[in-house]
Amino acid sequence: MNGLKFSRKQLGIPYAVFLIAFVVVPLLFVSFGLAIITTIVSLFIAYPVAYILSKTKFNKGGVLLILFILPLWINFVLRTAAMKELLYFVGMYKSNSFSFINTLIGMVYDYLPFVIMPLYSVLVKIDKSYAEASADLGAKPVTTFLSVTLPLSMPGIVSAISMVLLPTTTSYVISDTLGNGNVTIVGKIIETQFLTMDNWHAGSTIALVLLVIIFLSMFLSGKFTEAEDESAGRANLW
Amino acid sequence: MVKKIIGGSYITLVLFLLYAPILLLFVYSFNMSREIGIWSPEWGFDLYYKLWSNTDLMETVVNTIVLALAAGFISTVLGTMGAIGMFYSSRRVNRTMNELTKIPIINAEVVTAISIALICTMFGFGRSYASLLIGHVVLTVPFVVLSVIPKLKQMDNNLYEAVLDLGATPTKAIFLIVIPEILPGIISGFLLAINISLDDYIITSFTKPSTFKTISTYVYDAYAKGGKSSSVPALRALFAIIFVVMIAYVVIHSFIQSRKSRLEGSR
Repeated sequence: MNGLKFSRKQLGIPYAVFLIAFVVVPLLFVSFGLAIITTIVSLFIAYPVAYILSKTKFNKGGVLLILFILPLWINFVLRTAAMKELLYFVGMYKSNSFSFINTLIGMVYDYLPFVIMPLYSVLVKIDKSYAEASADLGAKPVTTFLSVTLPLSMPGIVSAISMVLLPTTTSYVISDTLGNGNVTIVGKIIETQFLTMDNWHAGSTIALVLLVIIFLSMFLSGKFTEAEDESAGRANLW
Repeated sequence: MVKKIIGGSYITLVLFLLYAPILLLFVYSFNMSREIGIWSPEWGFDLYYKLWSNTDLMETVVNTIVLALAAGFISTVLGTMGAIGMFYSSRRVNRTMNELTKIPIINAEVVTAISIALICTMFGFGRSYASLLIGHVVLTVPFVVLSVIPKLKQMDNNLYEAVLDLGATPTKAIFLIVIPEILPGIISGFLLAINISLDDYIITSFTKPSTFKTISTYVYDAYAKGGKSSSVPALRALFAIIFVVMIAYVVIHSFIQSRKSRLEGSR
């Protein structure tokens, strides 16, 4: 096992600075951009779903909702592989220029249930009388939605974002399986350093950078106190 | 009326897209073609037979299940003990422990994985089954704690004190009163832990011994490195089986759940 040999050369600070500046930061931008696009797209797909599910009468006891959550029970890697088969089937692998969009489709597909669930649980709790009051006071349905329902569902949107943004930034399974080797996100470079290049030092350095960023963003958004809802929400999914 | 139709068709469309990959693999699990997209005239259960006779793949499946059960069991014991301990300790300890428990959930999985691999190497057992098990326990314990704690909060504390007043030792009181009260939380924590362990790829790949395979790493190797399509058609049969098992589980689970709530409602 070659693991940890603390040679001075590899642990040097210049090496770490070089690694961070020229490898990690550009990759972080790519990964974060991909994650943000994924989050926005899945919010736009999931919000109407959650909204309709919270309104429809035949979703008694969340029977329909279960259908949306069910794919989560299948192994995550297998699900991604299934998506690859489908994309291949419809001809999305004819050209390499589709790699990015394929990865995006896979990410949205895999994380959609995680977005629908928190949105639904917030939307279903919103008191109908607010919307009725707004309508009685002469607001158009669109105005009612924008100024009453949407602000009230904000907690759901926030927890949906927090459940998708970070995993999509770092979890490289989807980009690796669907990206055809053309999409590299920041988690992948850690894996390469660690498992392929056997350079645990570089891998740890990048992981440390990630860790610092994660904790900074947690503190900045005050998530540390709210995290209970999120993790409880995630626990409720299964 | 129009609104309803639009809403209904939107839901149907999203559901269709969500299930399209699953159905595609399901249908092709009965077709012998080497690649999805090319019809083969041969239909039947040959792929299932191939799956059964592929010892490598079968071993992988068994490995995955054993690992998930072991990790689930250990983390259920640890998580339940931790939750009870947190619940009965002082406010400050409780809060700190609560925050610490959440770190593996909030943290990126790669970071957790690399730290576990480093720690295990530091203590000299490198990447072995032990480190793999530790990794999965670390990953799943927080979820057990999180499913047990709400049940502890709902529990009627007078019962525990009454038993103590009647002369039971605290240990006996825990096993006699607390554990049965929080059992639903423990069970759902156990199931959650198993599910997360079955699902995991990243921590597994960082901590496993190099020859060990789980379903996740097997599929990943077959697809991420195998170019366009899988080189192992038998995986489609595995996929179909997992899908059917999951559906059966969810149906039974929700049936029990709805019966339980009906029973409670009639009481």
